[in-house]
Amino acid sequence: MHDMILEMLGRVLIPATQLFGAYILFHGHLSPGGGFSGGTIIGASFIFYSLVYRFSAKKHRLRHETSLWFEIGGALIYVGAGLVGILFGRHFLTNQGVFPIGEPGRIWSSGMILLVTLGIGAKVAGTVFKLFQELLEGGAEQDGHH
Amino acid sequence: MRKTLTTAVLLGLLVLLTLMVVEMPLYGDPNAPAHQGIMQKYLDDSARDTGAINTIAAIIIDYRAYDTLGEATVLFVAVIAVTAALYGGYEHA
Repeated sequence: MHDMILEMLGRVLIPATQLFGAYILFHGHLSPGGGFSGGTIIGASFIFYSLVYRFSAKKHRLRHETSLWFEIGGALIYVGAGLVGILFGRHFLTNQGVFPIGEPGRIWSSGMILLVTLGIGAKVAGTVFKLFQELLEGGAEQDGHH
Repeated sequence: MRKTLTTAVLLGLLVLLTLMVVEMPLYGDPNAPAHQGIMQKYLDDSARDTGAINTIAAIIIDYRAYDTLGEATVLFVAVIAVTAALYGGYEHA
């Protein structure tokens, strides 16, 4: 099945949603929002993509590994940023004195906070989309095994 | 056997969590740790300490970054739980 209205809407709305999600993520230390809200918005755009292309060609579908890698990458960024503090002889997840703090109010400021926000965003987007995928396809795949 | 074990673990968790709630300071208690000046410290120093002008972000990802790591783990466990619930019956099916 191929729904042209849905696909045309998706072409406009999916990039706009992702841009808005990226804005929320990159401004997490400046304005309300942050990793959890921005990640949810980006995850919602993946769900939208999946709904639009669910019935068309198979190559358009996002694979299960994609959400898994988002999940793993987010966790690795978070823990990696924490371990940098230990490398510098400070506590786990130290920001001040390890990462460049920068000038408060600019995008490239607050050191670790921006990095960890992006990690959380990737992780939350992966989680939201993974839950959707499992609930959508998990049962169907189980039927195939009977 | 499995049911008894599950009930025992859940009852143990109930006792632990109830004990923790009893230990918590009353709502609006002026002697609670949250009202001993930590609020003012966050408001005054967070921009200098962390470089973030959003104090909430400064608290959850800098001062309390370790708790947020636990929060991210909750998401991970949620995914595992859903996956296990959907695929769990394979061997017995």
